Amino acid sequence: MEPARIDADELRRTADAARITLTDEEVERFRAEFAGILEEFQRLESIPPTGEHQPEASPAALRPDDPVATDPDPLLDRAPRVHGRFVVAPDTLPGEEPGEAPVPAAPPRPETGPRPVSPGPFLDRTAGEIARAVRRGDVRARDVLEEALAALPAGLVLRALLAPDPAAIDAARRRAEEIDHLVRTGRDPGPLAGVPVAVKDNVCTALHPTTCASRVLAGFVAPEPATVVERLEAAGAVILARANMDEFAMGSTGEASAYGPPGNPHDPARVAGGSSGGSAAAVAAGLVPVAIGTETGGSIRQPAALCGVLGLRPPWGRVSRRGLVALASSLDQAGPLARSLGDVALVYRVIAGPDPRDATSLREPLPDLAAPPDRSIAGLRVGMPAGPLEHPDLEPEIRAAVKRAAEELAARGARVESVRFGHAHLAVPAYHLQVAAEAASNLARYDGIRYGNPLPGRTFREAVARTRGAGFGPEVKRRILLGTWALRAGWRRRWLDRARVVRARLAAEAEDVFRRVDLLLGPVTPTRAFPLGSKPGPLAVWLCDAFVLPANLADLPALVLPCPAPPGELPAAIQLVAPRRREDLLFRVGAELEAAGFRAPLPPARAA
Amino acid sequence: MREPPAVIGLEVHARLRTRSKLFCPCSVVDGAPPNTAICPVCLGYPGVLPVPNERAVRLGVRLALAAGARVAEVSRWDRKNYFYPDLPKGYQVTQYREPLARGGAIAGIPLERIHLEEDAGRLVHEGVGEGLVGIDFNRAGTPLAEIVTAPAFREPAAAEAWLRELRVLLRWIEVSDADPETGSLRCDVNVSLDPGGGEDGIRVEIKNLNSFRAVRRALEHEIARQRELLAAGRAVVRETRGWDEKAGRTVPLRGKEGEEDYRYLPEPDLPPLVIDRELLEGESAALPELPAARADRFSREFGVASDRAALLCRERPVADFFEETVRAGAAGPEAATWVLEEMPREEPGRLTPGALAELLGMVRAGDVARPAAREILEELRRVGGDPREVAARRGLARLADRDRLADLARDVLAARPELVAAWRRGKEGVIGPLVGDLLRASGGRADPRIAREVLRNLLGGPGGEGRA
Ligand SMILES: [Zn+2]
Repeated sequence: MEPARIDADELRRTADAARITLTDEEVERFRAEFAGILEEFQRLESIPPTGEHQPEASPAALRPDDPVATDPDPLLDRAPRVHGRFVVAPDTLPGEEPGEAPVPAAPPRPETGPRPVSPGPFLDRTAGEIARAVRRGDVRARDVLEEALAALPAGLVLRALLAPDPAAIDAARRRAEEIDHLVRTGRDPGPLAGVPVAVKDNVCTALHPTTCASRVLAGFVAPEPATVVERLEAAGAVILARANMDEFAMGSTGEASAYGPPGNPHDPARVAGGSSGGSAAAVAAGLVPVAIGTETGGSIRQPAALCGVLGLRPPWGRVSRRGLVALASSLDQAGPLARSLGDVALVYRVIAGPDPRDATSLREPLPDLAAPPDRSIAGLRVGMPAGPLEHPDLEPEIRAAVKRAAEELAARGARVESVRFGHAHLAVPAYHLQVAAEAASNLARYDGIRYGNPLPGRTFREAVARTRGAGFGPEVKRRILLGTWALRAGWRRRWLDRARVVRARLAAEAEDVFRRVDLLLGPVTPTRAFPLGSKPGPLAVWLCDAFVLPANLADLPALVLPCPAPPGELPAAIQLVAPRRREDLLFRVGAELEAAGFRAPLPPARAA
Repeated sequence: MREPPAVIGLEVHARLRTRSKLFCPCSVVDGAPPNTAICPVCLGYPGVLPVPNERAVRLGVRLALAAGARVAEVSRWDRKNYFYPDLPKGYQVTQYREPLARGGAIAGIPLERIHLEEDAGRLVHEGVGEGLVGIDFNRAGTPLAEIVTAPAFREPAAAEAWLRELRVLLRWIEVSDADPETGSLRCDVNVSLDPGGGEDGIRVEIKNLNSFRAVRRALEHEIARQRELLAAGRAVVRETRGWDEKAGRTVPLRGKEGEEDYRYLPEPDLPPLVIDRELLEGESAALPELPAARADRFSREFGVASDRAALLCRERPVADFFEETVRAGAAGPEAATWVLEEMPREEPGRLTPGALAELLGMVRAGDVARPAAREILEELRRVGGDPREVAARRGLARLADRDRLADLARDVLAARPELVAAWRRGKEGVIGPLVGDLLRASGGRADPRIAREVLRNLLGGPGGEGRA
């Protein structure tokens, strides 16, 4: 088979089609990187390009034809250039010479230097405990918030959280006071009463900016909050701050953030993981009891594992994607990160469920997450995928964590056996092709016309390409270029269809495996948190996701639990993977493991 | 050498008659100030999701049923990716691989497909500054049905005529206003010259045709252009051209060149569109009798000439009015004449089919004369009411009273002594002008036949002495 390659000209044509200006250095860099990446993609050629993955056909979720007016002026205010009521762009024909190109201002970096996390009475408690105390009136939501605000600077130094504006802090204080007022007047603010929550910077809050840690969206404040945020607030939660992330959720180390990478609370010189690294680090550092992350391919589970907290990847469609900035829509899903299983369930119950404003939202109700009264897992059949355990780079500590979990489950009457997925070895190329293609399309809207930070140009084409060239970081450009290239006629049939076949086959294999076992147990990552800047290139980072991606491609719910470890050790973690839409099993078996010590360690600053 | 025949196919975009947009609840507006019917969804904000409009889907299904097309039980949405200032998301949501419907025919022209898609915004090149373009997103996201015909036309005039038929159908089934003036019906054309021998010619697409006449003229020009190229031994280039109305010629289209590859992608934000039996049966039941069938029936049942029946069936309110008038007792041919000729391009206003039927009955019975009937009709249209009451109140009932008529006739004869003299000399022809004078004097209320009789009685036989 002739090796696939992209030469410099092809790369330039692709960049032109994707409307991204590239410097000569970038062209050279991407050309060199793509050689290895295409070799990885080419492994897909071992399977036929037929049997394309098709979403299930269900009766169309349709909206009645009832007009609803939106106030247009706040939207026009977000347009960088207007003339009268017209939004203005450079014409499609050549016009004036471009002015001097101001590079968009980099988002502010937090000051660095050690700052102690002040241990307080509330933040060491679970969200459930805080909410119960607030609802009883034992504790004021305002006091909980003040403690979280006092701890916030440590989160900024760690780059786990992004500094809220004074206006957003005021709004949070007012919100906390409202909750206290409700309690005083005998009303129930909800199951998350007074709980401070961090949300990843790709979830619209309409209060804080939503930038996806990208220059292209610097300063953008969404006009409406995400359904997830609406539900959190309706349940009494107080949105404290945004959590740092890899730009547009593309990355597994946090290093793709325009704000700089979040550090791992257990060792700030190591990665917190990604792309929900800020969410995981904030929870692990005890800055918030719970945080919202999003996952396309392991972006909740991997940072949860590296930071030593719990993280849930729900079934696709269970949590509304409305207000989540899309990376790859067919895979994106939001979920909670927390330090206890109870908190994961608490937040999940609040955010999950049908949403008429997301046409892909599952309409069936959430399964009952409460463990049956006897809590017995005797007779449960647990499968351990053989591939990850045979991985040459698997760290002994990770292997030991999986082994210990298996022993604990066996001691409670579960039967553990080995299982094998025939297509798991193709998960990395299938995933990255699918994501690149969808991302190239999803990110086309960032042209600096209706919102954003445009650069000038003689033509629409030039202005948009310069805006995107300056606004996107290298990982985002890399994936948009790959996606644009893969979507071009000819190449699409060759690889994208095969990627969809891998997806369909992994789902079919999972169905088959789950006829023999009830649940899967395995490692999340080959290693524990590695030092920042230690991976030699993008492909090396992508390959670290091999254990998490099958669950995304086959759409299986999965839960990460930290393994007990001595203080001072880096966290190691395991994941449980359940059959399609059976996340209730994760909570039932997770409760057994939590009882056996699989829980988040104390935040390092408190443990010291 | 014989000139190579043209092969023409049409792609028509009809804006569906919904109140809100295809994927968001913004109003569909015409002529509103720029950017007043917009929301985060149709502006392509980060994190927004589309939710399809049920009525748009129903109207698409209705159109497919009217065309006898096969409605897909499951159709799918795709993204057509390209960059343009009027395209908020950098892609258009359309149905590329699996359209809503395939096959069928309209007015004898077979269709390839009918699918749903969203419209783009509107660009303004003047008045926003040098080298700049103004964008109005009010139209962005409004629902369109794209109707693609087979390359079944040979003549530009046939394409133009078919578009008029299509417009009749779209308005008839209330799927679209189908008005090229407001852009609710737009047409792109494909044209090639058939080289013969079963091979395909090089296809040229012409866009931005905003009237039916422009379609014909652009096709005529383009066919001539291609024939000239071939005659000169040069090749036709496969391309997209625009129509320059002022210059009267097609020109290479600017801006989108090199965008042949739209990098189609299945739309992951939308589940497949499933047309269930309930929806299909609902639209099937709601489908009115179609214009051709109804015209046929008007001919058969009501004895209306077929060309007149077809004219009655171009707008449903007209056909309905006609049919109700007949059902209220009017004779078919008379009702057709009155609906087509006495009410041309005018709303019936307060006139009811019952009142018109009554009025036609009065005309037939000789109770009112035609000119008087027109006056009565006018009043019925303006203020309504009962035609007999109107006729009585306004003194428009027929002057059948021969004595009263004879009084008027005496005045007429007295005023025309030269004609009376001529009559007496045996010139019978002068009776005509005299009848005309008498009708005028009666205010149009006299029956011409009776008027003639009364005059003859007064004048006596031609050449003789009258009684006047
Ligand atoms: Zn809208």
